[in-house]
Amino acid sequence: MTNTWQDIRNANLVIVMGGNAAEAHPCGFKWVIEAKIENGAKLVVVDPRFTRTASVADYYAPIRPGTDIAFLSGVMHYLLEKDTIQHAYVRAYTNASLIVADGFSFEDGHFSGFNGETNTYDKSSWNYEFDEQGFAKTDDTWQDQRCVINLLKQHVSRYTPEMVSRITGTPQDKFLHICELIAATAAPDKAMTSLFALGWTQHSVGAQNIRAMAMVQLLLGNIGVAGGGMNALRGHSNIQGLTDIGLLSNQMPGYLSLPTDKETSYDEYMKTKLFKPLRPGQTSYYQNYGKFVVSLQKALWGDAATKENNWGYDWLPKLDIPLYDIIKAFEMMNNGEMTGYICQGFNPLQAFPDRGKIRRGLSKLKFLVTMDPLDTETSRFWQDFGPQNPAKSSDIQTEVFQLPVTCFAEESGSLVNSARWLQWHWKAAEGPGKAMSDIWIMSGIFHRLREMYRKDGGAFPDPILNMSWKYTNPIAPDPEELAKEMNGRALADLTDPVTAVVTKAGSQLDAFAQLRDDGTTASGCWIFAGSFTEKGNQMARRDATDPREQGIAPNWAWAWPANRRILYNRASADLDGKAWNPKKPVIEWNGTRWAGIDVPDYGPTVKPSDGVGPFIMNAEGLGRLFALNLMAEGPFPEHYEPFESPSENVLHPKVPNNPVARVFADDRASFGHRRDFPYVATTYRLTEHFHFWTKHALINAILQPEEFIEIGEVLAKEKGIAQGGWVKVSSKRGEVICKAYVTKRIKPMTVDGKSTHVIGVPLHWGFTGQARKGYGANTLTPSVGDANTQTPEFKAFLVNIERTAAPAT
Amino acid sequence: MTRPANAITRYTTLNRVNHWINAGLFILLVLSGLSMFHPILFFLSGLFGGGQWARAAHPWFGVLLVISWIGMIIQFWRANLPSKDDIAWSKAIVHVVANDDEHVPPIGRNNSGQKLVFWSMTLLIPVLFVTGLLIWEVYFGEATSIPVQRVAVLIHSLAAISAILVWVVHVYAAIWIRDSVRSMTQGYVTPGWAWHHHRKWFYQLAASRRVSKTTPRKNP
Amino acid sequence: MSDLQSQDYVRRSATTMTPPAARSHEDQVAKLIDVSRCIGCKACQSACMEWNDLRPEIGHFEGSYENPMDLGPSVWTLMKFAEYENEQGNLEWLIRKDGCMHCEDPGCLKACPAPGAIVQYANGIVDFISDKCIGCGYCVKGCPFDIPRISKTDHKSYKCTLCSDRVSVGLEPACVKACPTGAIMFGSKTDMTNWAGERIEDLKSRGFEKAGLYDPPEVGGTHVMYVLHHADKPSLYSGLPDKPRISPVVEVWKGILKPLAVIGIAMAAVGAFFHWTTIGPNEVTDEDEAEAARVLREKEEEST
Repeated sequence: MTNTWQDIRNANLVIVMGGNAAEAHPCGFKWVIEAKIENGAKLVVVDPRFTRTASVADYYAPIRPGTDIAFLSGVMHYLLEKDTIQHAYVRAYTNASLIVADGFSFEDGHFSGFNGETNTYDKSSWNYEFDEQGFAKTDDTWQDQRCVINLLKQHVSRYTPEMVSRITGTPQDKFLHICELIAATAAPDKAMTSLFALGWTQHSVGAQNIRAMAMVQLLLGNIGVAGGGMNALRGHSNIQGLTDIGLLSNQMPGYLSLPTDKETSYDEYMKTKLFKPLRPGQTSYYQNYGKFVVSLQKALWGDAATKENNWGYDWLPKLDIPLYDIIKAFEMMNNGEMTGYICQGFNPLQAFPDRGKIRRGLSKLKFLVTMDPLDTETSRFWQDFGPQNPAKSSDIQTEVFQLPVTCFAEESGSLVNSARWLQWHWKAAEGPGKAMSDIWIMSGIFHRLREMYRKDGGAFPDPILNMSWKYTNPIAPDPEELAKEMNGRALADLTDPVTAVVTKAGSQLDAFAQLRDDGTTASGCWIFAGSFTEKGNQMARRDATDPREQGIAPNWAWAWPANRRILYNRASADLDGKAWNPKKPVIEWNGTRWAGIDVPDYGPTVKPSDGVGPFIMNAEGLGRLFALNLMAEGPFPEHYEPFESPSENVLHPKVPNNPVARVFADDRASFGHRRDFPYVATTYRLTEHFHFWTKHALINAILQPEEFIEIGEVLAKEKGIAQGGWVKVSSKRGEVICKAYVTKRIKPMTVDGKSTHVIGVPLHWGFTGQARKGYGANTLTPSVGDANTQTPEFKAFLVNIERTAAPAT
Repeated sequence: MTRPANAITRYTTLNRVNHWINAGLFILLVLSGLSMFHPILFFLSGLFGGGQWARAAHPWFGVLLVISWIGMIIQFWRANLPSKDDIAWSKAIVHVVANDDEHVPPIGRNNSGQKLVFWSMTLLIPVLFVTGLLIWEVYFGEATSIPVQRVAVLIHSLAAISAILVWVVHVYAAIWIRDSVRSMTQGYVTPGWAWHHHRKWFYQLAASRRVSKTTPRKNP
Repeated sequence: MSDLQSQDYVRRSATTMTPPAARSHEDQVAKLIDVSRCIGCKACQSACMEWNDLRPEIGHFEGSYENPMDLGPSVWTLMKFAEYENEQGNLEWLIRKDGCMHCEDPGCLKACPAPGAIVQYANGIVDFISDKCIGCGYCVKGCPFDIPRISKTDHKSYKCTLCSDRVSVGLEPACVKACPTGAIMFGSKTDMTNWAGERIEDLKSRGFEKAGLYDPPEVGGTHVMYVLHHADKPSLYSGLPDKPRISPVVEVWKGILKPLAVIGIAMAAVGAFFHWTTIGPNEVTDEDEAEAARVLREKEEEST
């Protein structure tokens, strides 16, 4: 979230698209209700199904799964054509005026630089035009046809309401009504908030879905303001924390990138991370990248990381491919290239696409370690549970170690919520039975590995032998001690160059601004600096005082970065530093500094007249309508059909799908065609359950006991399916036999002139736990991910459905 | 038991056993039923061990009563068939009530009042049984809709009240007509009793010589 | 539930005595369910199960999000989901939390034959006192909302207590506490009615012209009230009664019939007694016996 949960109540328009906030985030959804009641906000829902969120919406429109970019590009087209954008904001705070290099183009579904053989882009043309000093050229009059805004206009010109409706199946009148509502928030004192979740990420174009809305928000001037923003509602407790501390195969803590094998030295690595400002006088805060990396290295290896050994750079793993995501991991298992798997707090047999492939992969392992508080399906993959898990134990040689671990209430620690708050929680009970904490288990593995390396040597013992492990209790380090390490501390006396205040060696740091690249600071996760200072555990603060009753309680827990609650909040004020919306100011220029209810996302004393852009993490200081080379598919979002689609790509039939999505050959072979699988399916959660966990809990199992799918009345009639009757839903990868919920909430949509049916597949059921046994939605889903993140395409695929008899019990 | 030599058997052993089973069940039903009917009578549930027991037992008493009553029907239906005499007798009801037997026409084995008791119960017991089943929460609580059950409970109450009124009349009549009770406890009446109260029946018996001055016979 | 209340009774089932009335009571309480804010998340159901230690069986999917399928002895509140296509052809998903309405004039209490098994506290809460319940099911018949359910295990009637145990110590009902969107509110009936007014205005401004408060006067008002978008058609909300009232059949049964019957039976007995004392028994005389003997003799002679 750029903003916070509480801030949603400041919105004038709440749009829930690519998510189902009421259903999947019922607690946070209270703020949407607050917005409606206290702020007179309207709630708009765009979703393939009439969801629980839609049940309290002011306006609902259906959309075919996987066509959000077309919808949002249509919105941009509407805004630009009707000229209902927030002009002053767009001119000053976005890169609308910047001029794009000549080589950049878009034709027939490809941006410039496409290599059809490798399915990759040479992104060098996706750049600005630069002047002699290396600054991007700009035309504030927007006369130059190569201005970003003009290229954008041209790019989205194809997305007329007719075209949007043709692709998305959203009736034109509904689409236009929503455009109108959205456009009204272009007024400087009006804000729209976008609430989204996996409904946008779980697509082969997931990141671009989100980008498209972010661009809409920039055009409307809704980023950085109260009640605005792009608000990703995270699907797991602490999934935000997971990404923050870099538990992804290509990242390190604090979103620092893991080196590739081409970056053979620290200097080489840093070459692409200089972040020289692209416009004069800009902050380009990532110029401090080196400080964050060196401080991390000092946290990892302590004294062993020295200037001489480039802070232990050589000890970092180097990627030979862009990333080792889970789809890749299971591909490798299936190919016999990965033979051991430690599965910590994760249930891939339920959670990752193409369940059959997951089961086959696990079956080929030599060993599998599962660490979980629950008896997960993954840890039982080898056991025959009937059609829901038809494993033949005698054929499986995988040795499975099932390690029970404590649950969140059985240990102290912090969780990071969607609003980036680190909230400390206290242990409430002892874990049951032999459950041990993850920390205890991981420390044990570490110590045994280190002992083996120490004794037996090995190919490359240095990273492990040099690892800093100076905890009071090395067997099971205290969570507070780990949190302090994340925050970081001074390794030598540090003198602030401006204030001359000295931070004593050994004391906790107050902010990441104190980090150094000379080895005098250590910080395990630079964005967490400030969370655990000499004043104590900031995450444990519980003062709910909200000074302006505006959704910001600065002394409740601690938000990264720097306890900032609304990112880009400089953009909440106009060029002179006055709030766009005087009723809901966030920070304003008081003549000497930026002040208000939030920590400025800006130099606190940088004058408005200095012309420093509000998006200080970007090298040009501006919000990007043109994404340069940062996205895999191109600088502008473009509609590509899901890999399994009921329709041609009417915009460019020859390039139907995301051209740079990584698809393994066997996965491609298991894509179904609309001839055999004519219906669009989408997966989702229900309020009654949390993923695959709560089916282990009795009350949740009572509230939603059994697997089902949802179909519309028209399709049910066509197929002779009765309410609550048994059906077989099949994709090319597998089949699910369960009951059908025949509902008015899903209606056929007209896509490219054809009636298109959607089938909803809730995903909660498996074969362990208290609820009734189920096949799991991932039996059906295709193994293809977003080209940027490899998030699997769970939200749009093809299936067939037929009536079937009740299974023998 | 001192049975006079000239006694006339009015009720056989089977008749009597059946009747008293019936009577017992009926009383249990009345007591348990009334305890659930009006708060001032709730104390009666104490006789059954409390409200829960009264509630649980009542329908089972009812089931037994139905079985018992079937026995009664089999044994007594013929004797309670209406006859022409009933009209005359009924017309003289004022004289009946006033013990003015001179003006009461002779009647057969059962008079119209007795027949009325028999047929009322034969009608009311099935009504009570069927409506009782409908409101028998434990087994049939979900078998019918609530509106149906509401009507059932009202009919059940009305039928029960009717049955109780019939029963009051029946019991008083037994007390009022002296020695009737003995006929149902010991089974016999004297010839004078039969001659007084059921003269036609008496003549029938005399004519068929099934009753003699000296040797009593088994069957009427 | 058990009866551990600090509240006076104002009504008590099957009781002929006058409730205590010396104390002047505090405001009546009410739970206000704003259907327009409800997202059907079932947090209220979970909270109800947790607070009251209720664990119905794990059921089946039966073609609706409603689970369990019905109220029950262990299901005191239940989300009901109705798909409704309005006049404009747009879908509305009307989700309503079902449970005891805590009528001011409770039909269950009226029907109950067990003294003190159903009580109404001074704050308006209608509660079932389990140890006095005899399991007859009359409350089921008395209720205009089809709420009470009789347990097959212990043969006692159960329903929402409005968390009378919590309320009596100053807490809100568990469902209210758990509701994430504030769709369930609790307070004095006056406050809730006023707040409902504001909500109704907001709904009207959003195009629900028939929005209104459901507080049916036919049962004297209720201590659980709904804000409905379509107050003109409550039955759209999974059969919420349009005009709930204690069935006339029950009124007759528990109204006029009850005293009449007792009087009738008593009169019959009294009548019999006076017949005995005034007219007396009808006895067989010696003359009768002699007459009978004569007849028998004659018959005997005839036959010989």
